[in-house]
Amino acid sequence: MEELDVEPPLTLIPGVDSNRKQMCFAWGPGEMLVYETLFPKEHAEKRPGCPNIFIVRKDQDVYSQTLRKLFNESHGIFVGLQRSEEELAGKSRKAQLVRVSKNYRSVIRACMEEMHQLAISTRDPELQCQHSTQVSILSAMELIWNLCEILFVEVVPAGHLLLHLLDWVRLHICDVDSMVREVLSSENPSKHKDFWNAVDIFVLQGRMDDARHLLSKEASANPTSMGMCKILDDLMKKMPILTIGNTQTLTEMELKWQHWHEECQRYLQDGTFASNPHMESICKILLGDENTILEKKELMTTWYHFLVTRLVYSHPTVKPVELRFYAQSSLNLFLGGESSPEPLDSILMAAFEFEIHQVIKECSIALSNWWFVAHLADLLDHCKLLQSHNLYFGSNMREFLLLEYASGLFSHHSLWQLGVDYFDHCPEYGKVYLELHIERIPLNTEQKALKVLRICEQRQMHEQVRSICKIMAMKAVRNNRLGSALSWSIRAKDAAFATLISDRFLKDYCERGSFSDLDLIDNLGPSMLLSDRLTFLGKYREFHRLYGEKRFSEAAKLLLMLMTARIAPCSFWMTLLIDALPLLEQKEVIFSAEQTYELMRCLEDLTAGKTDNQKLQVDDFETTKVEILRLALARNLARAIVKEGTLEGS
Amino acid sequence: MEDFSAKFVSQKISKTRWRPVPAAALQPPELFATGSWDNEENKISVWSVGDFGSLGPNGEYQGEPQLLCDIRHHGDVMDMQFFDQERIVAASSTGNVTIFRHHQNNQTLSVNQQWERAHYHVDPDTPFYGGASCTGVICNNPEIVTVGEDGRINLFRADHREAVRTIENADSSTLHAVTFLRTTEILTVNSIGQLKIWDFRQQRNEPSQIFSLTGDRIPLHCVDRHPNQQHIVATGGQDGMLSIWDVRQGSMPVSLLNAHEAEMWEVHFHPSNPDHLFTCSEDGSLWHWDTSTDVSEKPSFFHQGGRSTTLLSHTANQSVISAWLSNNPTKDRMEITNLVPNQTLSVNSLDVLGPCLVCGTDAEAIYVNRHLFA
Repeated sequence: MEELDVEPPLTLIPGVDSNRKQMCFAWGPGEMLVYETLFPKEHAEKRPGCPNIFIVRKDQDVYSQTLRKLFNESHGIFVGLQRSEEELAGKSRKAQLVRVSKNYRSVIRACMEEMHQLAISTRDPELQCQHSTQVSILSAMELIWNLCEILFVEVVPAGHLLLHLLDWVRLHICDVDSMVREVLSSENPSKHKDFWNAVDIFVLQGRMDDARHLLSKEASANPTSMGMCKILDDLMKKMPILTIGNTQTLTEMELKWQHWHEECQRYLQDGTFASNPHMESICKILLGDENTILEKKELMTTWYHFLVTRLVYSHPTVKPVELRFYAQSSLNLFLGGESSPEPLDSILMAAFEFEIHQVIKECSIALSNWWFVAHLADLLDHCKLLQSHNLYFGSNMREFLLLEYASGLFSHHSLWQLGVDYFDHCPEYGKVYLELHIERIPLNTEQKALKVLRICEQRQMHEQVRSICKIMAMKAVRNNRLGSALSWSIRAKDAAFATLISDRFLKDYCERGSFSDLDLIDNLGPSMLLSDRLTFLGKYREFHRLYGEKRFSEAAKLLLMLMTARIAPCSFWMTLLIDALPLLEQKEVIFSAEQTYELMRCLEDLTAGKTDNQKLQVDDFETTKVEILRLALARNLARAIVKEGTLEGS
Repeated sequence: MEDFSAKFVSQKISKTRWRPVPAAALQPPELFATGSWDNEENKISVWSVGDFGSLGPNGEYQGEPQLLCDIRHHGDVMDMQFFDQERIVAASSTGNVTIFRHHQNNQTLSVNQQWERAHYHVDPDTPFYGGASCTGVICNNPEIVTVGEDGRINLFRADHREAVRTIENADSSTLHAVTFLRTTEILTVNSIGQLKIWDFRQQRNEPSQIFSLTGDRIPLHCVDRHPNQQHIVATGGQDGMLSIWDVRQGSMPVSLLNAHEAEMWEVHFHPSNPDHLFTCSEDGSLWHWDTSTDVSEKPSFFHQGGRSTTLLSHTANQSVISAWLSNNPTKDRMEITNLVPNQTLSVNSLDVLGPCLVCGTDAEAIYVNRHLFA
């Protein structure tokens, strides 16, 4: 086993003093039951135990109302991505993956905005704190995802790489936007205390046009510095930038850059900006002077902003593989040994170092849910970046994370439906997980049972289909709904259970003398053949119908057939023979001589089959029945012989 | 899909219903109600898609529905209907039937009336009886009819504390849905593929007519009646099949149309435009069946309309009837569109009124389209 990366977090169970009492636990699929154990010791004083059983949930975030939107919306994107299986090649495939990645991010953003709204609208300070924490977690997720998108999904080449990174920084460092707005909205922007900070921010973020616009305010307000402004403005304007769609080669770009750099250097050295320290420092920034940039630490707020600014003004054509060196030194310079890097810093660092597995590992540890890593790993796997990595447990990283995430969903009373599709796309263990989880879904209504059943049937999970139908059939039996119970067992093709229910129907008939649930029994159709007893039930009912319609000879034939073809259970023969009585007593002869012989044989079989011991126990009532039957049969036989003889004779 | 505005609502939606518009009003509906299921705490919610507030603070169009109010509902919401402009009747998986009142002046919902355990199971061994899921409810002011897993049919009248009429053991299997055929007659569908007509004028507790699919016993889940031609009835089954029945004749469906790949949960004729039909299913699709196309070019099938319609067969509406009842409606005169493609989880409910459609899904989203025929 590998070493632990971090100490596992400690969860305190309220109301249980673990120093004095012992605790026990039982694993569930996504949660754990914890309870106090009581080992009564002799002589020990009797203290009341803790009356509670605690449920410890592994995945708290699943229960957040706002995050449910994230889970549901991303589920659609996930399924779309799995369906889009590599039909596209090369460029269009990449564009598709980038689009998927952007969709995921926009879902995170929407969720973040909603969480933010909640945080500012709530009055409860504790809730507010909770929401704010969530906002910062979501924002970190989006930040990491965006960087991964640039580096791993889109794989931006040198030159364009920095443009993307600049966008990334601009999108996520938005604390400064309010300051800029304040400056711009003031009466005299250039006199505002934050005026130069605002200009610096624009320069640091590479937003040259915005910076120049702001600088023009200074130029118009302050004629003495107009010349200086003009020159600085000119430098900013001339800064060579690679634009998307530009066919410029990197060498051309580097040449131009060198030229521009020398020009800036000249102005700095001849003291053009000496009289204005603000403009001088801007010029130094343009030259990529590390110390000057580092002085603006407060305006950049993070080391990765510093990294990007530093690269923009000193290594504009940085290659992806070179990022790691600059990233590490930027982090060190920025933190200056004052503080240690936080989890987010190490995650981003791992990304800059192209250590994808490290990114996922660190995220798994730092984030409180599996949503992020599961979806990111899946996307990166579709980019064919994760294939080589095998875990020493389970199948592979992608599948492991998806299984964890989906298991979390399944432990939720409502989100379990989403989990199904995730399990579907785990080729190795998905099916097993689904089988184990789906059996634990409580089935409180038939409609829910039908939904679960549909999931199982679509995936040919016969075992589960049977078990669900059986559960529902049992419930129906307990509620005395034999009709429903029969429907469920027919659906599961559960012959044994159908037999059991048919017997209940027959028992009810014997007790009450009439059938319940005729609408069902009359409409069994081919499903009647599921079990012998069910066939008998259907046929026996048919006999009653024929009898009711006064179609006696058909009824008689059917009745006899039920016994001679051994469809009727032996225990029921007596009832059938008694049913034959009224037919035997009709004015008209219904049973032919041959049929009567057969009836007689049936009766004899029935009585002969019983042992002497049983015979002794047969009460008078039973004997009377047999007597009556024998008499009726004999009389019918006589009539039948006479009638048949007459007919033949005539 | 572009015409739809979607909103994720953090609860699986089992029912969506437009609030009816007053008969005289011409404007489209502005309010709808939703019911949730499978949550620890389920809710009835009222939403607005009205024009007020449709322009956001920055002037952009905000198409998405706004929550006006909600109230806790005990158990899953199995079915729901507007009783009138401000009352909603909800059927619960606990067997309760509840009338909620929507107070429009202060936007709140409150319980107006409740029949506890209107549907229940009797345990043969103990005197205790537990609630059975109430699966369907239909209103025709002042009457309310409910059906349930217990095979019971209840007839309630608002403001009466007890049921006006109860048919015990009306069905030996589960009743899935109910609708009014005429003022005194109702239609029910059950889990063994039968469609039954019940007449409340008769004191017998037996259906006056039974229709069934041939032999297969495929459960039927939903039923709706043609708004103008009451003998035309549409039902949807477990196999996703749409069946059209003519209750005046025969005991088998007039036509069977292959539709969805899984349970069809709801079917609705458009109330004022009945040549359009809408169905939704567990397979995640929502279909629009349009028989109005090509009507003008194909006068030849008017003769299918039957005796009662021949006199009026030149109006568009009449020709439609023949379209639904013709033997092979799919072949040349029906256009079918899936309104929510790429949806993987069940569309549980839909409702149409005027140019508006609303549907709710297990993906915890509600979709609203306010320009159906645009």
